Amino acid sequence: MNNWRSAPRAQPTADAAAHQPDGFELASSRRDSLRRKLVERSVHAVLFLCAVISILTTTGIVITLLGETIQFFGEVPIVDFLTGTRWTPLFASKSFGVLPLVNGTIVVALVAIVVAVPIGLLTAIFLSEFAPARLRSVVKPVLEVLAGIPTVVYGYFALQFVTPILRDIFPQTQIFNVASAGIVMGFMILPMMASISEDSLRAVPSDLRQGAYALGATKFEVVSRVVVPGALSGILAAIILSISRAIGETMIVAIAAGLQPQMGFDLLRSMETMTAYIVQVSLGDTPQGGIEFRTIFAVGTLLFVMTLVMNLLSDLLVRRYREAYE
Amino acid sequence: MINLRIDTRASDVAVSPSENGQSDVILMTRNLNFWYGNTQVLENIDCDIRPREVTAIIGPSGCGKSTFLRCFNRMNELIPTARIAGSVVFRNRDIYARSVDPVEVRRQVGMVFQKPNPFPKSIYDNVAYGPRVNGYKGDMDEAVETSLKRAALWDEVKDDLKKSGLALSGGQQQRLCIARALAVQPDVLLMDEPCSALDPIATTRIEDLIRELREQLTIIIVTHNMQQAARISDRTAFFTVAESGAGVLVEFNDTQKLFTTPTDPRTEAYITGRFG
Repeated sequence: MNNWRSAPRAQPTADAAAHQPDGFELASSRRDSLRRKLVERSVHAVLFLCAVISILTTTGIVITLLGETIQFFGEVPIVDFLTGTRWTPLFASKSFGVLPLVNGTIVVALVAIVVAVPIGLLTAIFLSEFAPARLRSVVKPVLEVLAGIPTVVYGYFALQFVTPILRDIFPQTQIFNVASAGIVMGFMILPMMASISEDSLRAVPSDLRQGAYALGATKFEVVSRVVVPGALSGILAAIILSISRAIGETMIVAIAAGLQPQMGFDLLRSMETMTAYIVQVSLGDTPQGGIEFRTIFAVGTLLFVMTLVMNLLSDLLVRRYREAYE
Repeated sequence: MINLRIDTRASDVAVSPSENGQSDVILMTRNLNFWYGNTQVLENIDCDIRPREVTAIIGPSGCGKSTFLRCFNRMNELIPTARIAGSVVFRNRDIYARSVDPVEVRRQVGMVFQKPNPFPKSIYDNVAYGPRVNGYKGDMDEAVETSLKRAALWDEVKDDLKKSGLALSGGQQQRLCIARALAVQPDVLLMDEPCSALDPIATTRIEDLIRELREQLTIIIVTHNMQQAARISDRTAFFTVAESGAGVLVEFNDTQKLFTTPTDPRTEAYITGRFG
């Protein structure tokens, strides 16, 4: 240990240890190492605390969610909840079939995916394989700005801009409709789709591109038959994460898709999604503690399970694609 | 992006069959200069490659051996800042002429890389890739089998052609890459240090294979292993770094002569191990 270096810092003890020169050296080093240990431990403790806070929060949320959900299923049979096609918990004749909300959620997400996947994937291919570096350095930040727009802005964009256009084209379009919410949501998840796909395209080793070029492949053949297949699991992961994001998205659908739970696939009509329903009840005058209020926990749990499954699935795919070239 | 600019047109350069007996030369370079950005990598390379021979290119690191090799199939132009001047003539045609499609060149001049780079596809699809992109109309099973046999890999993989190419050993992967290149039926095969990532046994197998393939096509191989050049090549080109920093061709001769009686003192210094 570098005793001579720590000696000046141990000055206050110099008097006490003056008649014991050897002991002075030892004492100061012990004190110093004690201080070091203390710092180490407190850093460790602070970091641990932070980690614990996030774990506790998650656990707390899940426990609250599950607690209320279990109570809810004490009153409404889970089978009725999952298979019923009428959702009228706020009406006098109550019905607790969640399928209309699931239907609305899935339809909006599908519209969003139909918009986001082709445009996002082609953007990613363009950025990773065709765009000159200078253009890429402009387009990528613009995409990130798109990702930074608050979703409430997207919601009003859907309602005030896209819906009027749709109504011009299809006069029967309702003010609140699935199509405009879904299309705008597609643009909202587009940056994520493009960015994750681009990462996985660029992760395809350049050796493979060179190998394909050396066989007389054109640029298009290299991209379509080597690069995209090589990045496929990453692209699939991007799609699943986008779906998961679309399912969980709240603001756009609450503003633009309407609050009428219904089954079906008519995109020009209003539908209610699971998230929009939760907003409706949370913000409304539904009294806490009642069965009406508990429905949002049951719906929330179902939503949580759906996105969790999606995220696990994409995790699985990403792990597979990481191993592909090792 | 192809930013490649050709400074010297083919017509500026003396290229006449009578001067270079057509049947004796399959590939030749004249006044070949090459730059990455502002750095000159190759300086005034004149070099004639004879058909159905193995030509080895040796030299110290950074002398532009690999760059030179990649001039023959226009792979260099995949690098944005690359610039070439002079001519590379393949069968009396300047492959850098504006009318020539690089894709066309690469179909006739195949390449095997330093690190085995099979596609993450099945063995079968790896070999079939080239014929497919080239619009091959014949029996694909037969083409795959023939190519794998030519690359001396058929017996080891014939029962699992559906297995991923990445599941093979390093030496097998490299032979798969050779089979993949051969499937396009090239006239010339460029090999860029094909054994540097392989163990001695796998290296021996590749060298045996090169000796067999020599009967059928022209091979140009970059190697930093002088013993390998001596073992497998008919002729050897020695490159070094000139004082300007660019790579130059010092000596090009029959392999035996180059290694026993080098005419240039720099060659002698290199092959006797006093330099590089």
